[in-house]
Amino acid sequence: MNTQPRLVEVRQNVLKQNDLLARELRQRFQQAGVKVISLVSSPGAGKTALLEQMLTQLRAEYAVAALVGDLATENDAVRLARSGAPVKQITTGTVCHLDAAMVQQSLAGWNLAELDILFIENVGNLVCPSSYDLGEALRIVLLSVTEGEDKPLKYPTIFNTADVAVITKMDLAAAVEFNLPAAHDSIQRVRPGMRVFEVSAKTGAGMEGWLQFLQTQTADVGAQV
Amino acid sequence: MHELSIAMSMIEMAAEAAASRGSARVNAIHLKLGPLSGVVKEALLFSYEVACAGTPLEGSQLIVEDVPLLVYCPTCQSAAAPVSLQQFCCSVCATPTPQVLQGKELEVVALEIQ
Repeated sequence: MNTQPRLVEVRQNVLKQNDLLARELRQRFQQAGVKVISLVSSPGAGKTALLEQMLTQLRAEYAVAALVGDLATENDAVRLARSGAPVKQITTGTVCHLDAAMVQQSLAGWNLAELDILFIENVGNLVCPSSYDLGEALRIVLLSVTEGEDKPLKYPTIFNTADVAVITKMDLAAAVEFNLPAAHDSIQRVRPGMRVFEVSAKTGAGMEGWLQFLQTQTADVGAQV
Repeated sequence: MHELSIAMSMIEMAAEAAASRGSARVNAIHLKLGPLSGVVKEALLFSYEVACAGTPLEGSQLIVEDVPLLVYCPTCQSAAAPVSLQQFCCSVCATPTPQVLQGKELEVVALEIQ
């Protein structure tokens, strides 16, 4: 055995296991023809409310399902199940994010080929989920009007791993004196060219355009590599 | 705070890599860390010490190389440093750009083994 200290090159991504598994999942989703869309935001930004609306409204035309992550409780799954869509809760215990292995495990018993769209609601957290690829085709980051316009500047990494941004709770914008142009400016500063939608899951304002966008995304599921 | 689990997977990876080279002891891990990795350096260093306890890496060092953020500037047609993490535009010509070339690294590049 060599007892002299020596330096050896390794070159390994620390999250290699997760990345490999996410790649496998992405392939599996593609082969099954299911569009997988994940949602990330801080806690309380309205992921579940928006998802409930999306499931309810898309259900008429698409076979939709959802996985929902939380540290504890099945409350969100119960809430989302009211839409009539199949929903599974992933409780992470103390873990602050979902990873590819949790997604893989929770898919057991579902026939992906029967689904058109699978939503994955991540644990409410703007930091940790940014490091973990879940195999999704589209990642949506939510920013609610009650959070402050500069959130993107404080959490640029999550905005950089997301594909689309949605400003939620627009019905409260006036009450909290939300500065909409400043919010758009913050997003464009950290992610130039990012598409941004403004919605209120409560009143339904902006939902039509948002759902239309999702539908066009679903249409090109076969075309993505 | 996911730095502890990241430290643990790093330690596991290093122990395996050392064992496969016939070494039992790892003196140091060299890590490349980008500002868009989602990992906070200070939290990782703290977690590393905690996570090493009771493993073959106890007492080893984590040497972090900070990788600067680089974006592609479509105007200069070259790699450029952005103004800041809060302003993704070329620091030379101010063109906004979302194209990240470097800065997402969370990569073990080398091990000091014995």
